[in-house]
Amino acid sequence: MAEKPRLKLPKEAKKGDVIEIKTLLAHIMESGQRKDKDGKTIPRKIINKFACEFNGKPVFAVDLEPAIAANPYMQFHAKVEESGTFKFTWTDDDGTVTTAEESITVS
Amino acid sequence: MRQLSRRDALALGVSGAALTFIGLDERASAAAKEAADQIAKFTGGKTATDGKISIVLPEIAENGNTVPLSVSVDAPMAADNYVSEILVVAEGNPNPGVATFHFSPMSARAEASTRIRLATTQNIIAVAKTSKGEFFTGQKLVKVTIGGCGG
Repeated sequence: MAEKPRLKLPKEAKKGDVIEIKTLLAHIMESGQRKDKDGKTIPRKIINKFACEFNGKPVFAVDLEPAIAANPYMQFHAKVEESGTFKFTWTDDDGTVTTAEESITVS
Repeated sequence: MRQLSRRDALALGVSGAALTFIGLDERASAAAKEAADQIAKFTGGKTATDGKISIVLPEIAENGNTVPLSVSVDAPMAADNYVSEILVVAEGNPNPGVATFHFSPMSARAEASTRIRLATTQNIIAVAKTSKGEFFTGQKLVKVTIGGCGG
């Protein structure tokens, strides 16, 4: 597996707070448009889906196209009402799924 | 051969320039049409109202390989009325699709940021869909110094 994804979100929050979440996964995001030195097209290989769940409920998701820059970065918000775990998943064109989890204490 | 009068020469110059413009327009409009098709598919043929949506992008992107993009919609995120999706397309890229963001009431804000690739100077269009089936659209022009879609 590639490098561990980078996550940035608060460890603690108050009930009803809106928190900011930032994620980044190291990935080439090969667009399928580039050619190698022999003029052959380098096949597309991108993360095509990103999803964020909180305690099993969907919060935010993205369908990514080759126009997303390398090392896909996503910044979004979530409203937290209870303590729990955020689960993040990145799906590669080749079917590889990278996951990461981060828990938050809500008081 | 008859010598070109100043008027003829000017006329030739103008028509030449016009031809070049048509050529460019056709290429741009093919991509723009594909972008419009994607939008039509997303809205299911409904017309999107201008406004409510804001796109934050640099006016001039020096490096088209990584351009910060932020989209947000000025709309409530209540359980029964929220922004469910935002489609982003780039009119001048080889593939106009950029991303589709899916939100839920738990997202709290219809707002997302990422980094995108842009091949050339072009319009970025965003279309938002609400859970009630309303559509909002907005666009922004970005000037790109070095394209980021190929080699």
